[in-house]
Amino acid sequence: MTQPTVVPTPASPTPPGGHLLEVRDLHVEFRTREGVAKVINGVSYHLDPGESLAVLGESGSGKSVTAQAIMGILDTPPAHVRSGQILYRGRDLLTQSEEQRRQVRGKEIAMIFQDALSALNPVFPVGWQIGETLRQREGMSRADARRRAAELMDLVKIPAAAKRLGDYPHQFSGGMRQRVMIAVALALNPKVLIADEPTTALDVTVQAQIMDLLAELRRDLDMAMILITHDLGVVAGVADRIAVMYAGRIVEHADVRPLYRAPAHPYTKGLLESIPRLDVRGQALSTIKGLPPNLMRIPSGCPFHPRCPYAQQVCVDEVPHDLVLGDGRTSACHFAQEVRDDSAR
Amino acid sequence: MSDFETVAATENQAARRGVSGEPGTPAAAQKPRSLAGDAWRDLRRNPIFWISLTLVVLVAAMAAVPSLFTANDPRDCVLSRQHAGPSGGAVFGYDFQGCDTYARAVYGARASLLVGALSALLTGAIALVVGMLAGYFGRWIDAVLSRVIDIVLGIPLLLAAIVLLKRVSTSSDNVRLFAVIFVLAVLGWTTAARVVRSSVITAKEQDYVAAARMLGAGNGRIMWRHILPNALAPAIVVLTIALGSFIAAEATLSFLGIGLKAPTISWGIDIDAGRVHMRESATPLVVPSAFLALTVLAFIMLGDAIRDAFDPKLR
Amino acid sequence: MTAPASPTKVRGETILSVDNLVKHFPITQGVLFRKQTGAVKAVDGVSFELRRGETLGVVGESGCGKSTLARLLMRLETPTAGRARLEGRDLFKASGSELRRLRRNMQMVMQDPYTSLNPRMTVGDIIGEPFDIHPEAAPKGSKRRRVQELLDVVGLNPEHVNRYPHQFSGGQRQRIGIARALALRPEIIVCDEPVSALDVSIQAQVINLLEQLQDEFGLSYIFIAHDLSVVRHISDRVAVMYLGKIVEIGTEQEIYERATHPYTQALLSAVPVPDPEARADRNIIRLTGDVPSPADPPSGCRFRTRCWKAQEVCATQEPHAVLRAADPHPSACHFAEVRPA
Repeated sequence: MTQPTVVPTPASPTPPGGHLLEVRDLHVEFRTREGVAKVINGVSYHLDPGESLAVLGESGSGKSVTAQAIMGILDTPPAHVRSGQILYRGRDLLTQSEEQRRQVRGKEIAMIFQDALSALNPVFPVGWQIGETLRQREGMSRADARRRAAELMDLVKIPAAAKRLGDYPHQFSGGMRQRVMIAVALALNPKVLIADEPTTALDVTVQAQIMDLLAELRRDLDMAMILITHDLGVVAGVADRIAVMYAGRIVEHADVRPLYRAPAHPYTKGLLESIPRLDVRGQALSTIKGLPPNLMRIPSGCPFHPRCPYAQQVCVDEVPHDLVLGDGRTSACHFAQEVRDDSAR
Repeated sequence: MSDFETVAATENQAARRGVSGEPGTPAAAQKPRSLAGDAWRDLRRNPIFWISLTLVVLVAAMAAVPSLFTANDPRDCVLSRQHAGPSGGAVFGYDFQGCDTYARAVYGARASLLVGALSALLTGAIALVVGMLAGYFGRWIDAVLSRVIDIVLGIPLLLAAIVLLKRVSTSSDNVRLFAVIFVLAVLGWTTAARVVRSSVITAKEQDYVAAARMLGAGNGRIMWRHILPNALAPAIVVLTIALGSFIAAEATLSFLGIGLKAPTISWGIDIDAGRVHMRESATPLVVPSAFLALTVLAFIMLGDAIRDAFDPKLR
Repeated sequence: MTAPASPTKVRGETILSVDNLVKHFPITQGVLFRKQTGAVKAVDGVSFELRRGETLGVVGESGCGKSTLARLLMRLETPTAGRARLEGRDLFKASGSELRRLRRNMQMVMQDPYTSLNPRMTVGDIIGEPFDIHPEAAPKGSKRRRVQELLDVVGLNPEHVNRYPHQFSGGQRQRIGIARALALRPEIIVCDEPVSALDVSIQAQVINLLEQLQDEFGLSYIFIAHDLSVVRHISDRVAVMYLGKIVEIGTEQEIYERATHPYTQALLSAVPVPDPEARADRNIIRLTGDVPSPADPPSGCRFRTRCWKAQEVCATQEPHAVLRAADPHPSACHFAEVRPA
């Protein structure tokens, strides 16, 4: 397989050599019977080698759809990429042929999902499933693939890996299945791992094990990771940067610590205040009023304005642009400064 | 699709509960929708649905008021017109007996449709009772009923129908008609019963059934209010398709001379008669065959269209 | 408020007491002649008391038996052994009209707001069903008004009685489920993971609603959840379950600040805290391995296979949930001690 050549786009404000992965002004809509749902409305983010980015959002925020667009596994139709670029090592994946994209998928960018049970085929042993990619894509022999599968299962810390190669997915517990999935994803040594709610279906103690494993693998294999989650707790432990999504936009983008210390977007602030904290007693839960918007009728101006305590007339009239707050931090709020000062108090 | 779950939301009142309305969406813009409503919206745009429905309505009208479609009497047969070409109202000419081929086909719709519809109804009744009992109560009731289904399913329909109908010696029109209906229903309820059983089992496991039970609802109420409505739609679909095949089965039996008999007018009888003199004139064979094929097809397509519309998995 | 039978209503008195509750699901083999080859010990000797007006949180990981416990209390499953007294009557012996009456006093809010509402019934029919089943609960002709009142109470528009469940969002559906549970004015509501299927911003709304309703109607909750933060927020007392047993039970402070059972300690330390700075100085216990199968639980202490304190005695002798010297609340550990912060 040929390494993709690095062709940085001239207009790109990127470091020399370019970002490893960059999503630029992506717009995706779902054309359904009921109408057109604007699922992604101008999302941009980037990822550098070895870095960990968390994409945080609730259901309907578009966090998973963005990842699916990167992987090229969107269901089209109903999904339709209206505009935007997804640059991997400077080349736009969206303009590539299906064959070229297949080369990227798995080998350069791999993905793991929330539901490991349905992502694994119930009728094949896990060893065979891990080895399958190796045989297909690397042309490995059966014996080699089997040996490598055992190594991978060992890498993801499945006890007695060699003995369990012949076991079927249902013979593994939820946490072990998630490890098998990670082993499948790692088979071709990807440079980027996208983890879509990898621990949501798991128990807390197992959740902690998997998050530790992912952090360790990232460090050891020098992999970049995009962690997609709705759980503010999970993010706090593993990510370098966070992009908070709402109604198909990134509303706040910052390094982890400043974001948790003083969120600069009312939505992030509301989210942080609405989760019960284990380490804080007798805390009153404030809520974000109302419901996430209907993506077929996204409110004018700032999509968050009907739920926002800071909303003014300008929020109804004008879409807020990303306000840069220093140290690479942005917030798409007309009153970002004010919100941050309030939260810092 | 969970991304869209919140889409159909509505506004809340009650600011005192700390809940405000869905942003930017006036409640008036959202009409109440139900599963049936969704299905209807689907069906409305499906040309196959409209074509098959038109055909079904047409055949039903023929069965109800045949004189609307032809002024000729199908029993007014004059041998001198044997295999004569089209004339007067007889657009397809005359058959071997000198009867109006078209008029006979029109009048034949009644027997066919009657057999199809009544067999389907009877089938539906048997299937609902058996399927509900087996699916809801499970255990040995299910074991026994499921074996009965297997056994009946194993009986070849035509062979059994021949054996049973051979014993009906009377030539009274009505008795023969009901004998055919009865035989078809007794042999044909199994598929529908299986469908009902499996949808009952699915519905029974739903949380809302547990919720009703926790409220103290009895078996009768749970079956009637919560399970039957969920089992009905798939059953209706299967029965619509079965209706078509019952019409075909009636024609087959009549063709073999063990179903309906002259002077009853039926497509099966006419196909049989037309077959004998096919060499002289093919029209008396082709016309009732075409009517039969189109009707069966119409019912099967209608059933298919409804099934697709009601299947939430296809959305 | 239509008064249930109990004559006095003292806040804090015991309203439900569960004694040594056991549920074993048989594992059978063979098609024609079923032979029992084992049993899944889903709930294996659980005892607790629920007091009037309090919230008892039940936490544990999947497979610990907390949902089976809820189904047993709601009489959706028949217990293998054990007793539960509600209003001074044995809940598991009641049948017929007595059971119907007891059911009026205890209702449940289920986890999944999508499957717990019949898609073919309108909201009015769903919330009105309790009145159809218990006609004595609503005077003739008042059903529609009562349904609208309930919708108002849970924060939904009373004019939406004719809508179908799928026209509502997850959080709103959960409110419908809560309205249905409230309809018969029960004193106890069992909440089985009531917010775990909801989005974060919606969770807080539903939790606040549950708290408000508790104050308004003097409800007692059994609040079952896997999310320890949510349980801490809402509970007065907390029971921690592991493999069908309660390993530790106490007040919210006893469990969250002075836990003495190693499992509770590990569980608490594994919860991701949404604060990158507080995380750094947390002393995290990482459990290894998975929860053993409830069909074949370890001998002695069930937690010993994952426990860092396990000794010989843990394999031979089962520790009971009794008061321990370390802190005066029941803990089922031979080596119970408060973990230094």
